[in-house]
Amino acid sequence: MARKDSAAVAAAALKKSQSSNNSSNSTGSKNPLSKISNITSSINEVFSAINTTYADYFETLTPRLKLIDIFLVFLVALGILQFIHVLLIGSFPFNAFLGGFISCVGQFVLTVSLRLQVKETHKSDEKVNEEEDDDAEEDEEEIVDEELVIKSDEPKVSDKIFKVISPERSFGDFIFASLILHFIVIHFIN
Amino acid sequence: MSTAKASPLKVYGVNIETIRLLLKVIIFISIAGAAISSRLFSVIRFESIIHEFDPWFNFRATKYLVSHSFYEFLNWFDDRTWYPLGRVTGGTLYPGLMVTSGAIWHILREWFSLPVDIRNICVLLAPAFSGLTAISTYFLTKEMKDSNAGLLAAIFMGIAPGYISRSVAGSYDNEAIAITLLMATFYFWIKAMKIGSVFYGTLTALFYFYMVSAWGGYVFITNLIPLHVFVLLLMGRYTHRLYTAYSTWYALGTLASMQIPFVGFIPLRSNDHMAALGVFGLLQLVAFGDYVKSKVPTTQFKTFLAISLTSVILLGVAGLVGLTALGWIAPWGGRFYSLWDTNYAKIHIPIIASVSEHQPTAWPAFFFDTGMLIWLFPAGVYICFQEMRDEHVFIIIYSVLCSYFAGVMVRLMLTLTPIICVTGAISLSNLFDVYLNIVDVFTTKEEEVTEKSTKKNAKKSSEEKKILLPLITKLIVTLTFAFYLFYFVLHCTWVTNNAYSSPSVVLASRNPDGSQNIIDDYREAYYWLRMNTPEDSKVLAWWDYGYQIGGMADRTTLVDNNTWNNTHIATVGKAMSSPEDKAYEIFKKHDVDYVLVIFGGLIGFSGDDLNKFLWMVRISEGVWPDEIRERDFFTEKGEYKLDREASQTMKDSVMYKLSYYRFAELFGGRDAPDRVRNQQIPVDQAPELHVLEEAFTSENFMVRIYKVKDLDNVGRDLYEATKFENQISKPLKRSRVVKRPALALREW
Repeated sequence: MARKDSAAVAAAALKKSQSSNNSSNSTGSKNPLSKISNITSSINEVFSAINTTYADYFETLTPRLKLIDIFLVFLVALGILQFIHVLLIGSFPFNAFLGGFISCVGQFVLTVSLRLQVKETHKSDEKVNEEEDDDAEEDEEEIVDEELVIKSDEPKVSDKIFKVISPERSFGDFIFASLILHFIVIHFIN
Repeated sequence: MSTAKASPLKVYGVNIETIRLLLKVIIFISIAGAAISSRLFSVIRFESIIHEFDPWFNFRATKYLVSHSFYEFLNWFDDRTWYPLGRVTGGTLYPGLMVTSGAIWHILREWFSLPVDIRNICVLLAPAFSGLTAISTYFLTKEMKDSNAGLLAAIFMGIAPGYISRSVAGSYDNEAIAITLLMATFYFWIKAMKIGSVFYGTLTALFYFYMVSAWGGYVFITNLIPLHVFVLLLMGRYTHRLYTAYSTWYALGTLASMQIPFVGFIPLRSNDHMAALGVFGLLQLVAFGDYVKSKVPTTQFKTFLAISLTSVILLGVAGLVGLTALGWIAPWGGRFYSLWDTNYAKIHIPIIASVSEHQPTAWPAFFFDTGMLIWLFPAGVYICFQEMRDEHVFIIIYSVLCSYFAGVMVRLMLTLTPIICVTGAISLSNLFDVYLNIVDVFTTKEEEVTEKSTKKNAKKSSEEKKILLPLITKLIVTLTFAFYLFYFVLHCTWVTNNAYSSPSVVLASRNPDGSQNIIDDYREAYYWLRMNTPEDSKVLAWWDYGYQIGGMADRTTLVDNNTWNNTHIATVGKAMSSPEDKAYEIFKKHDVDYVLVIFGGLIGFSGDDLNKFLWMVRISEGVWPDEIRERDFFTEKGEYKLDREASQTMKDSVMYKLSYYRFAELFGGRDAPDRVRNQQIPVDQAPELHVLEEAFTSENFMVRIYKVKDLDNVGRDLYEATKFENQISKPLKRSRVVKRPALALREW
């Protein structure tokens, strides 16, 4: 069942990208036959995609986001470290391991949420200042909006994804959730 | 409803919103009042008593909680059930219900100085929570449509029989608070998903935790929310809001759910929970993919997506299969399979199939339990399809899944009812939005009047018709639905009154003159056990009565409604279905002192042990196929007969003997009619008991308790001993018969 569903994901994703291809008319000539032969080129494309993302990431980095990202990297490293520890030495106090590991994962997820929300507010600030930076994002939102129009017949114009949430609010939420997370973790570890 | 809508029209110098708020509060109070009072039938008719079977265990556990400390409760090892084994009760129950009522008890006692009996709190907990359910349903529906629909949903939820069936006063079961929590969790989930708030995500997780602590049905939430997210992903509706809400909920909720001792590491180990984990992982990838997509031209992204997706899917499926094969992840549980394949339980796990709650639903039950809402339900789902915002997808998934589940298992009617109320309210409020809105009729009328005054009066009559026609249609539709609603309330009250307000511990019947006759055999017998047997005596009864014996008679039982050990239950079934000498071995091995059977043949109570007998046979056949065979208990024609034609195996079985022992004597030499099965029990083949002796039989023969005889102190076989005793007693009787004339002679 899972396989079927994920196949459906892939199909949906392909359809989506194809439709966007048609609209942009940039690579309409590419057909599946040539694609099979050009596996190497596609792998190159993947690498270049990663590279552009990588480069773009550093372009848009602000000090606050940097702080969050360093924290994220730290959490990932901590999680991996614990996992290696379990693989090598064994998971005897299983709830202690779980507590540690899930605190990493949970904190990671919460921080990513915070980052998304903080970045959101940043973006809207930047929107006023420089429009150049915003183009890519705009495209994405347009696509999403188009789909919404097609599927729901209800044009929903949303500039911001998190409409209600101010940066202060998001930080407060973050602290609240983290407190609860760590309270449970401490309870779990005993 | 209509008052809330009409309020903007008449403002007496007060802000409309204030009036609206006031009206809402009043409506809420009256809804809660209606919800609570309609659940009190059983208390008024009988008394403040705990109902049925499972609630008796919850009640007993709550009493233990309030008399001991919380940690003692969590570490409670109960040696009074599952006799030789005992039960780690603290680790195998969902403590939410007991902790809730315990907390209420403490708060009332210490903060308000109201020393309320814990029994009354337990009895009234379910009605109180039904009021809260109505309010959380209001909020959920408000997220879907508006507060008008919310109010309708709240009143529907308050009085829908499908929910009342599990929440009348005295039905102190996990579901009583679980449905409230279910609705609250869903409300917070929708809220979190709508605005992408970490705060609401955390609240969802907290309520999810409460739900996990209260009911095993939390798995429903665990699968429904991921499914919702998954469907949204398939529809290409990924937003960062979704990521935030789901990730927060999953990370916190899973961690929190593992704090319940009974749940333990299940969320990481069982396949029931893997969907949530999978969607969590998928969402991380999608979020990352979304980020990459925003940075990279589409063509590159396409190949990137294709390659990463295939690799991730392959890895994921291989990992899942591998881990299951290695035994790290438990495969799906039996109840899960029985949801998909309705015959699964019948073939593999008779103990699940034997529970009447797990039977497929009969179709009238849908109408019976939800009244007219059942036909408003598809309309509401259709409206959701029309609007199709993210939260409507949730409603659609919920309704589709639950309609199926409710069709498979009767008890899951309970989870279907809330969604029926919500969708019913949505469709009805849509209808009312159109037809109750008289404002536009009058405004158009005024306009037309002004127009008319300038024009000639030639078309006056047709113009009037134009005004009149919509008014009449509106009036007709509104009145029709007002009638339906009125009838719905009547239906709900009637169903609650007649079907769901019986404690099933105390039965009620009508005398020929119409007065009520209360049959209180259960409590009579349990009280007898409590007062007349040694405190450590062990009672063997079918597992249905385990909790009641524990709760009311306070005696040790061999099996109870927890049914965690199939073999042990099969042992009891075997003892009941074997002949006396084999049963005696089992009795002695398990130190059984008393055997209790329920027999309804005299008063026509159909839920007695003889009707459950085939399940006992089947369950024990599953464990000992060589010794017990279901076929032997039928007549040659394959009928389940207990009269003259009954098979020898049946007549030899302990259950048959215990049920009909001395039954025929009631009818003075004629064949005894069994009023449940409409069969004549032959008087000349009245069963004789050798290893058991009758200890107690209740007023209406409903509960019969037998004492297991001790080994004979002269070392005889119990058969010989009984025969000998009968031989002694028979001459005695004869001599009495002889003596009587002498006495009479003396008088004469």
